[in-house]
Amino acid sequence: MRSVYVVAGGISKFAKARPDKTFPAIVKESYELLLEDLGIEPKQAFELIDGTVASYFSDHFLRQLKGATMVQDYLGLCPKPSHRVEGGGATGGLAFQEGWKSVASGNMDVCLVFGFETMSHVNTWKGNEFIALASDVSFDYPVGGFYTGYYAMMVVRHMQEFGTTPEQLAHVSVKNHANAFYNPYAQKREKLSVKDVRNSPMVAWPLTRRDVCVMSDGAACVLLASEAGLKRIEKACAKSFPKVKVSGIGRGTDAMRMADRPHKKVILLPHEKESDYKNLKYPGVHSFRAGRMASKQAYEMAKITDPLNEIDFIELHDAYTSSEIQTYEDMGLCKYGEGGQFAESGATFMPSVDYGLKLKQKTICPVNPSGGLIACGHPVGATGLMQGVFALWQLQGSIKKHFKDDKLQVKNAKRGIIHSHAGTGTYVSVSVLEKEM
Amino acid sequence: MEETKKTKKNKTETNGKSSMNGVKISQEKTAIPETDEGTILFNVPFPKELDERRLKDLENYGPIIIKQPYHIDYIHSYGQDSPFFAGLANKKLLGTECEECHSKFATPRLSCTECGSKCKWIEVPLKGKIHTFTVCYFGSEAFLKETPFVLALIEFSGFDTCFLTRIVGLDPDKPSLDWVGMDVKAKFVRNSKFSPTDVYFVPEER
Repeated sequence: MRSVYVVAGGISKFAKARPDKTFPAIVKESYELLLEDLGIEPKQAFELIDGTVASYFSDHFLRQLKGATMVQDYLGLCPKPSHRVEGGGATGGLAFQEGWKSVASGNMDVCLVFGFETMSHVNTWKGNEFIALASDVSFDYPVGGFYTGYYAMMVVRHMQEFGTTPEQLAHVSVKNHANAFYNPYAQKREKLSVKDVRNSPMVAWPLTRRDVCVMSDGAACVLLASEAGLKRIEKACAKSFPKVKVSGIGRGTDAMRMADRPHKKVILLPHEKESDYKNLKYPGVHSFRAGRMASKQAYEMAKITDPLNEIDFIELHDAYTSSEIQTYEDMGLCKYGEGGQFAESGATFMPSVDYGLKLKQKTICPVNPSGGLIACGHPVGATGLMQGVFALWQLQGSIKKHFKDDKLQVKNAKRGIIHSHAGTGTYVSVSVLEKEM
Repeated sequence: MEETKKTKKNKTETNGKSSMNGVKISQEKTAIPETDEGTILFNVPFPKELDERRLKDLENYGPIIIKQPYHIDYIHSYGQDSPFFAGLANKKLLGTECEECHSKFATPRLSCTECGSKCKWIEVPLKGKIHTFTVCYFGSEAFLKETPFVLALIEFSGFDTCFLTRIVGLDPDKPSLDWVGMDVKAKFVRNSKFSPTDVYFVPEER
């Protein structure tokens, strides 16, 4: 497989509603930012780009099938090759990896991956209903299936198994909202306390409004290239770009129905032993086998054996605060069961931000320096790519240029991960990005 | 309307912005509930003459947002899972067992999760324990009027997987981790809708 580099990225402003533009125009907004970063016009981009991959989750939000085709057309990229990827919340992360495959395989030298979602065309509860349809419509959805309810059931089991507390969940919300305060692209920027999070309206026990991400209208795109493609881009733009390579790819799946999750043995990472988890029935509904599988594959490919100390930052799919805690464990940043304590320790917080908390542990690996889904918003098809853009800017050292403030710049970032997650952990993608020196 | 339901049923609710002159203001109590009725409109502002400048100004014309209803009735078949629903209408809870590895599924599936082999129908006991639960104070639009309700996964002795259902008879305003592990028993509605909600669980009396 050939080396694949992430060269540039663009995002639109994420907002609760963007009635000012139709979805193709919102994607174009993100594309124009990418072109601005490269310093070229759309006509030149047409010459550079070999093809695209499109990412959006639900036709239901627009009642528009084959929407990606309309975007390809609006960006002026017809008749170049394209296809659309769908994978629930992991759509963006999966599309990123499909772009990687297109370039790594030799099929393309320069590939544009774009993603979008406009969720404001239905009211919030209808939106929740659509999302709930991403669960077994015969057995789960009719019982009053509702995604926050599913995740709440998982965290209750996590609390029962491991003693995780709602206050530990709230630490994740405080962290991500505070980080987003310094991110001009974030939908929500609020300085919160643990008490603010716990006192927010309860949605599904014990998750409150501030434990849950928000629906959004938004788009994001990334440009991937081979060695030859990168040379072509640098020639057209008359400048050079830092070499940010995709060094690891991993994916995992699990049963659609939470009720069907097995109670067997942990899939171990190299630094774990079977005796670490003697009595643990896995994954049950407390852990994501898919996340563990995806991490294992990506770490193998990127040659990571000590995740917590070998990764400089992670943009992690925190649709729910509880999901972030469960994912710390799946990714091997801490052992299964220790996620709650890890969440409040300080290890995943940014050293430069004041959270109003007394943290016991110094930063080891910031998680969601951008503010994550909880604060930036979750326009489903765009999210995984938004993470790619923020990760790229971290590794390029260009956070100050794009955020107008370097508070969220992870110093000397050399290796980062983007993690995308669908359903109740039914698809997970993990991609490792590394700056080649 | 959903907004008023929220104010009535949420005893723990407060807002993010706390106070003005020391008086606590609740966002929801000082706003008129939103509706999506819209109105009938026969015209919108538009320039009387179109010259180059007015055509350019059209680029800043604010968006027109209209209501577009859509309704579907599906002809949904339960296929090979049909016996489960027939069972519910006859006060029986059916699950399946893999003919190869003998994994037992409390939510029926005719193909085994573990080995992909064929499964056969078996009965599920009408008593189990709460494996996990939540209280849904909000939900999908279709279910908002039923909130708050208790959603739970039930575990059954001898079965490898759980069953998603609702618990009736527990106070939705007093959720507690103590509910995990509670003994519960199945009850069936008399008038079946051929939906998994034909069965629900209640705490077992001592």
